[in-house]
Amino acid sequence: MSSAATEVTPRASDPEITPELVADHGLSTEEYERILAALGREPTFTELGVFSAMWSEHCGYKNSKRLLRLLPTEAPWVIEGPGENAGVIDVGDGWAVAFKIESHNHPSAVEPYQGAATGVGGILRDIFTMGARPIATLNSLRFGDLDDGRVRYLFGGVVKGIGDYGNCVGIPSLGGEVYFDRGYEDNPIVNAMAIGLMRSDELITGAAKGIGNTLMAVGARTGRDGIHGATFASEELSEENEAKRPQVQVGDPFTEKLLLEASLELIGSGAITGIQDMGAAGLTSSASEMAGRAGNGVEIDVALVPVREARMTPYEILLSESQERMLVIAETGREDEVERILRKWELEAAVIGQVTDDGMFRVLENGTVVADLPSLPLTQGCPTYERPGVESKEVEELRKRDLSHVSSSHGDLTGQLLDLMSSPNLSSKRWLFQQYDTTVRAASVIRPGGGAGVVRLPGTRRGIAATTDCNGRYCFLHPRRGAAIAVAEAARNLVCVGAVPTAVTNNLNFGSPLKPAIYHQLREAVLGIAEACLLFETPVTGGNVSLYNETDGAAIYPTPVIGMLGVVEDVERVCRHAFTRTGDAIVLLGTNKGEMGGSEYAYVLHDLVAGDPPGVDLLAERELQRAMIAMVQEDLLGSAHDCAEGGLACTLVESALGNGERSFGIDVTLTDEMAPVPTLFGESQGRIVVSCRPERLAHVIELAGSHNVPCVQIGQVSAPEGSFRIRAGTSGVDLPVRDLADAFFGAIPARMDSPAEATPAPDA
Amino acid sequence: MKVVVVTFPGSNCDQDCHRAVELSGGEPRYLWHRERGLSDADAVILPGGFAYGDYLRAGSIARFSPAMEDVVAFARQGGPVMAICNGFQIACEAGLLPGALMRNRTVRFHSFDQYLRIETTDTMWTSAYEPGQILSMPVAHAEGNYEADPDTIDRLEEDGRVLLRYVDATGATSEEGNPNGSARSIAGIMNEQGNVMGLMPHPDRAMEAVVGSVDGRGVFQSLARHLNGPGAK
Repeated sequence: MSSAATEVTPRASDPEITPELVADHGLSTEEYERILAALGREPTFTELGVFSAMWSEHCGYKNSKRLLRLLPTEAPWVIEGPGENAGVIDVGDGWAVAFKIESHNHPSAVEPYQGAATGVGGILRDIFTMGARPIATLNSLRFGDLDDGRVRYLFGGVVKGIGDYGNCVGIPSLGGEVYFDRGYEDNPIVNAMAIGLMRSDELITGAAKGIGNTLMAVGARTGRDGIHGATFASEELSEENEAKRPQVQVGDPFTEKLLLEASLELIGSGAITGIQDMGAAGLTSSASEMAGRAGNGVEIDVALVPVREARMTPYEILLSESQERMLVIAETGREDEVERILRKWELEAAVIGQVTDDGMFRVLENGTVVADLPSLPLTQGCPTYERPGVESKEVEELRKRDLSHVSSSHGDLTGQLLDLMSSPNLSSKRWLFQQYDTTVRAASVIRPGGGAGVVRLPGTRRGIAATTDCNGRYCFLHPRRGAAIAVAEAARNLVCVGAVPTAVTNNLNFGSPLKPAIYHQLREAVLGIAEACLLFETPVTGGNVSLYNETDGAAIYPTPVIGMLGVVEDVERVCRHAFTRTGDAIVLLGTNKGEMGGSEYAYVLHDLVAGDPPGVDLLAERELQRAMIAMVQEDLLGSAHDCAEGGLACTLVESALGNGERSFGIDVTLTDEMAPVPTLFGESQGRIVVSCRPERLAHVIELAGSHNVPCVQIGQVSAPEGSFRIRAGTSGVDLPVRDLADAFFGAIPARMDSPAEATPAPDA
Repeated sequence: MKVVVVTFPGSNCDQDCHRAVELSGGEPRYLWHRERGLSDADAVILPGGFAYGDYLRAGSIARFSPAMEDVVAFARQGGPVMAICNGFQIACEAGLLPGALMRNRTVRFHSFDQYLRIETTDTMWTSAYEPGQILSMPVAHAEGNYEADPDTIDRLEEDGRVLLRYVDATGATSEEGNPNGSARSIAGIMNEQGNVMGLMPHPDRAMEAVVGSVDGRGVFQSLARHLNGPGAK
């Protein structure tokens, strides 16, 4: 452990460092010059690989870091904000919750099953490395048109990958969303969110504290899979990416479960001072980030790392993304204890190095130094960019498109409603979540299928509610407003179950930031999130940025997914989205402005992604949230459901059908002074449909009024299995609710269970 | 009642079973699969999960655990063993129960609330229910399709050892009401002596109204009644 300059020996088999090799590593000429300046010499091949991973978009956030600083991150209840493995908030009674969302878009595009499975594995590790036991997961997914065979293959593989992994580890799925739109044809979005629970005093962080403490590699062995996954995830996809399938890691949920139990036992034992997943950029990022957080150095001998293949080079060992591995910092003298705990769980632990005082990230191979890099430039020195951002002319034109022909369209409204409810976006997602274990841990109070899910905290009446939301079409047409709507919708989903919105994790899925039009989307979306989160007092405690979601130059819709947590005071008093009683009054909170821009109606019935998306009044949203929380806490309601895609009519269908246990007819009369289509299918924000016993109606209206929330009875719940009737002016819809159920529940199975169903890739 | 919950590597319902015993007024304790010792146990639970990842056949490796040797001996001496979901698969592999659990008919994992019908109340596992009572409990499995040769199934039926059947909302057995394709809609059975019960649905997840159902309580209440009744040790 010398602090003097160390001689670094290039290995005999190392290729020569050429400009081509540097470019292949995803580093620009300027970035390479920065590396030369930081080192004062040319890097070895191994060192180049390390820099390439740490300065990749995925690890270095080089194009997003400056924008992310605009997000509000603080509140009295935030225990850990961005920068750790996961954000942590205080939820009361001595409990803390760790939560985070992460993307696995690129791997899932080339290998959907393993791509999605390892996405779940990675986010779970981020949670339990904070000392928290995972208690729930959510997924936010986007695919192309489900009538396309390859899309069905991707969708089927992703769902099976998520299910097989999460089911085996035993973490209930609490919700999420999935949308299908041509904008995601070749670039699916797979964002996984996990939530974990711990006592507030059990928090542990990923810092390499204590000079002389021991670095240990625990869990699975290191193989050649996923080398340079972080760099892969930082570039556009093309035909050639099929050949990058080897960069996709392979998941083993059984080992993950053992690693989970072993890690929690390790943390509880006090034998370790820090722990981190060897995730993106593997040993390189975990070791250098842990050193960086503590302001220390680390020294590792790669010959000590347990490998599953012979003759692995230092370059490969440092950059492997083999799954289910952890780096832990053991207190000196307690290494045996660490090993004993790992052995109990039938896993390996190996001493691979120690914490040093010289701030260097030093790598040896059998005692010979093969990399010696200052940790600070490695982890903090990645150049960050602020790019020029200009809105694309085409988008501007689309937004300004006149949609009056959509609003004034006539025809069979009942048939149109059936078309909408049987479109993959609006139809029931039961086909997916019935493949996910939703009840393991016996704490799921509200399961997937409505808006937010709720899980109870053990031994209390308290619960955690969670949701993910984002309408990519709105964000495409108006990124700032679309992102603010995503935050507002997430909050509405939480208040509908009676939860107080508390904190946010976000996943920014965009195309290439090097294009001014995309950078514009990114900046605007961050500003939209910042504005809404600031007003709602829901700080962003972390998340993930996934850029370069493009194939052959075509980018996805900008998709800033919002994962939001809320706290439920009493799980006995939550509210669900399905109508519960015949005779209940159906009440609309908020106002319909008949906005059709970016609507599902325009997409399904006019094949249009155009127009100005709905406006969002954040102050009004906040009042609506407060009114809603009060109504649920006072137990006034039979149901509550947010108005979103498909407008009021589709919200009413969802409440009438619930998750299929039973269905109700409705009698609703709408008197809005506008044409039937915007009345039924307009997507104005800030609206919630609630139902209540008639004798409570006056109280509901009074409570809404005290928060200045418009509130009007629009009808009543009629008989089970009855007629679904909405009168809008002189026209409307009228059909047996059973017909809607067939459309709503049958749409995805009809596409996925047909003989033509694409077969997911075989399990590895 | 002192109930031992065996934890295999990959068990993920051990905590749920532990809590279900507590909620039923019993005293649960965990037994790690490498450990031994059931001398203080009044009953044993083999919980759900994915023991050893189920990468081979579900339950096929877990049966060789040291703890399973003790569980088999305990069962042979008449000790009550409740085998839920993956535990049912392990019990079949270990020869404690006849038959096997095959892949679901759809070849998919199924997770939802399932209606069940109590077929007999004359057992230590179901005495707290009413004959023919319709229950709702979560199921969550990929391999729950119960199969055995026809003679074995006939014997199960004749002996009144089919405890639970999958049914639809009306309480009738039917194609739609059978989630995984099990022979004769069988959801739960017991051995000849009646002291080993295997079932695919999760009574351990149906203990509290706030999570959706209290219909699982009867299984634990029946066991407690049996253990506390005349002749209890």
